[in-house]
Amino acid sequence: MEPTHAIEHVLGPQAVHAVSYLWLIPALPLVGAAWNAILGWKLQQVLGKKIVHRVAVTAMALSFAVAVYAFVQLLGLPAHERFLQDTLWNLLTAGRLTVDLAFALDPLSMMMVLIITGIGTLIHVFSIGYMADEPAYWRFFSYLNLFVFAMLLLVMGDNFAVMFFGWEGVGLASYLLIAFWYTDPEKAKAGMKAFVVNRFGDFGFIAGLFLLFWALGGAWSPREGGGLRSTDYRPAAELNALVGATSAADAAALAPVVEGVKVGPTMNFRELRDQVVVEATGVKEHLATTTVWGVSLAMLVGILLFVGAMGKSAQLPLYVWLPDAMAGPTPVSALIHAATMVTAGVYMVARLNFLFALSASAMGWVALVGALTAIFSASIGFFQYDIKKVLAYSTVSQLGFMFIGVGVGAYWAGSYHLLTHAFFKACLFLGSGSVILGCHHEQDMRKMGGLAKHMPITRWTYLAACVAIAGFPLMNGFYSKDEILFKAFTSRHLGLFGTPTPWLGPAIYFVGIAAAIGTSFYMFRSYYMTFTGEYRGGSGHHDEHNVDPHSALAARASAHSHDVHADDGAAHAFGLAGNAPSHGAHELDEPPHASAPHAHGAAAPAHAAHAPHDDHGASHGQHGGTPHESPWTMTSVLVVLAAGSFLTLFLGIPTLWTHAAPLLEHWLEPAIPAEVAFEQAPHALEWAFQGIGVLAAAIGLLAARALYKDGRSEVPARLKARFEGIWTVVYNKYYVDEIYDALVVRPSTAFARLASRFDGGVIDGAVNFAGAIGRFLGRFDAWIDSTFVDGAVNLVASLTSAAGGGLRRLQTGRVQTYLYGALGGALAVVLLNFLIS
Amino acid sequence: MISLPHFLVVGALLFTFGLVTVATRRNAVGVLMGVELILNGANVNFLAFDRYVGDGLTGQVFSLFVIVLAAAEAAVGLAIVLAIFQTFRTIDVRAADLMRE
Repeated sequence: MEPTHAIEHVLGPQAVHAVSYLWLIPALPLVGAAWNAILGWKLQQVLGKKIVHRVAVTAMALSFAVAVYAFVQLLGLPAHERFLQDTLWNLLTAGRLTVDLAFALDPLSMMMVLIITGIGTLIHVFSIGYMADEPAYWRFFSYLNLFVFAMLLLVMGDNFAVMFFGWEGVGLASYLLIAFWYTDPEKAKAGMKAFVVNRFGDFGFIAGLFLLFWALGGAWSPREGGGLRSTDYRPAAELNALVGATSAADAAALAPVVEGVKVGPTMNFRELRDQVVVEATGVKEHLATTTVWGVSLAMLVGILLFVGAMGKSAQLPLYVWLPDAMAGPTPVSALIHAATMVTAGVYMVARLNFLFALSASAMGWVALVGALTAIFSASIGFFQYDIKKVLAYSTVSQLGFMFIGVGVGAYWAGSYHLLTHAFFKACLFLGSGSVILGCHHEQDMRKMGGLAKHMPITRWTYLAACVAIAGFPLMNGFYSKDEILFKAFTSRHLGLFGTPTPWLGPAIYFVGIAAAIGTSFYMFRSYYMTFTGEYRGGSGHHDEHNVDPHSALAARASAHSHDVHADDGAAHAFGLAGNAPSHGAHELDEPPHASAPHAHGAAAPAHAAHAPHDDHGASHGQHGGTPHESPWTMTSVLVVLAAGSFLTLFLGIPTLWTHAAPLLEHWLEPAIPAEVAFEQAPHALEWAFQGIGVLAAAIGLLAARALYKDGRSEVPARLKARFEGIWTVVYNKYYVDEIYDALVVRPSTAFARLASRFDGGVIDGAVNFAGAIGRFLGRFDAWIDSTFVDGAVNLVASLTSAAGGGLRRLQTGRVQTYLYGALGGALAVVLLNFLIS
Repeated sequence: MISLPHFLVVGALLFTFGLVTVATRRNAVGVLMGVELILNGANVNFLAFDRYVGDGLTGQVFSLFVIVLAAAEAAVGLAIVLAIFQTFRTIDVRAADLMRE
């Protein structure tokens, strides 16, 4: 760390400013989501799609406005009091623990909220154009708003409970949006894959939380020879007598206070931070010294929490869901799978910096996994042909860089890369979305090429974002990436297995710089393949154009060439007119192509000459047309994001240049109490490293330019033929999916089948056996019942009936018969009398 | 010398004749006449026992009472016979078996 801007952490309790409007920030997108979910379907039918996106975008814009207001308020506060809190209500009270539904904004979460609402609003606007021909328009915007709501809960949650709710909520929204086109089984599967892989991570996350609170339980309850060292803590007996706290106030009153810090069970980030940073509470000591089975507890907690981050932020070995997540609509890829949700893991590590800083080994693992992920996924990105897949692997790689940053303890640099990445990667993704739309839903870069002249705005913004991600000092990516790598090189404190491993930092640096070369290479490869050379897409129609004399003209005079293609544009427009609903640009009350009206006039004479071709083109509909620039709602967003990619560089001008802390580092400082020592490095070395960073970017650029510019070079094909084996392995993503399939998916499905068979055979068998016994007993019982019991009853009845049947004959109705009876009776009495006497 | 058994034999014969008459006659009026015989058989017994065994007038009063009863019974019985006749157009007691079973 440079002595010029040594940071003085004030290790005291965080001052809080209670405000009452923070809930609006997440509530507005929630309202938008609910509105479109409940009413969107009907309103879209009745009033058209405008009403849907107006609601969604308005909700986002208002949310952004509130966030900006909060930002202004934060700016107005002294640096160490920058903490806004808004407690809505109490969620649960258990003994001394209270959990509130509360939102908080400190500089770190403020940065995240501005990214989420700001870039989120832009991407909503972009989606208007991109999703225009989508029938389930309302569903898309509802999901998108829902995602933003969950993401805001994640970053604004004041405690683990709210954060975890958001954490799961974004997983849900991500699932819904990846599987947005759920009728395609592949896309539905990608959604499920993302959800299931994230469950692995979430398991680690929640296990880490449980372990953390288990450990803190030891710190919170006074023990012999440790725990609370305060003079005024209450004995456990007294606390237990008061355990019947029923309200938050009661519970709060029970906690002992040490140097202004309430020591007691808490799920609140700020309270936990206070307990850890104020050493008098003993919490830090307890966490740092406790071991579980001989393993440092702080390390275990850190690694388990990082497993959660691995899932959400797509790190090795849980990154596999993110490339598949590209099945979702492109704005989703930009918002969720590049700018916001996947950075949640990075945010979590930065947010819990005071915990991670307790264990050098946990930090070492975070950084190591980040570095390995960065190089691994960058290498996969080399040979992908799907433009979105390239960007997906690039995202995984960049997330790796962020984890290097937060892993080595350069929390601000990791967060800064998160910020810059949000801008340039959103720009790249939306640029690819624009390209995909312009090429009529073609994603294969082999079928693109030469788009520079058809889509100038997309081309320039894409190029700007490429420059940013590659790490040229012209754009923001350089500043964040170089800071991360330099901090990695100068870190000597990292450990892996509880012992310091000083070589780890430099090793990570070399891996990182290799990944940076790779980043530059694959990004410019995608740029050159997409925007330079000749258009390779379309069907035979375009191939004919490319071989007919016009292509010769095109080579000499670009203006003429433009006319030829404008002609194509016209043909395309006619083709569209035949099936108007197929293209959503009509919804937007604007011409689908900027050049279309021009083409109608200027190319009219040529039209007749090309009649056969045009018929051909028309029959091809939108699949055979010329690429076209996207509507202004999309291009304007691209321009804003590209501008943002430039402007945000001013947040991170290195200290080396200005002798002052970068703006963002200064801004984030209060939120990052963890103190991490870096090795002092001479200024010359730092200059040299910046030079190496630029050099790495230049190497990647030049290699990509040599191999892929204009699509003319034969070298890639020859290299591919020469290294067929390696190429195949890398192209197939190192067969990781196949390996997982063999190692995890198939064993688990086999196990599921086994369990199912066990269930069907043994458990069902036992149940059925018990049932059979019961049935047998029942039958036996029924037999006894019907035979003996019923038999006895029936016997009585039938005897009675038989007796009645016999005796009724006595009643003849004739008086004299009765008389005989009476006579007989009298006679019998007389005889009996004789017999007895 | 006529002694008590003689009277008792006559009474028993009267009773038996009456009983046989009641049991065998089909004519309802005949049946009523058999009943008179039975009652008179009883009267003979009352008088005989009064004369040879009892003292006082108990037996005679009883027989007078039985005679009155017999007259009443004959009246009621004839009324029933008339009712049977009106119902069945006959006075054969075997025809009046509507209450069988």
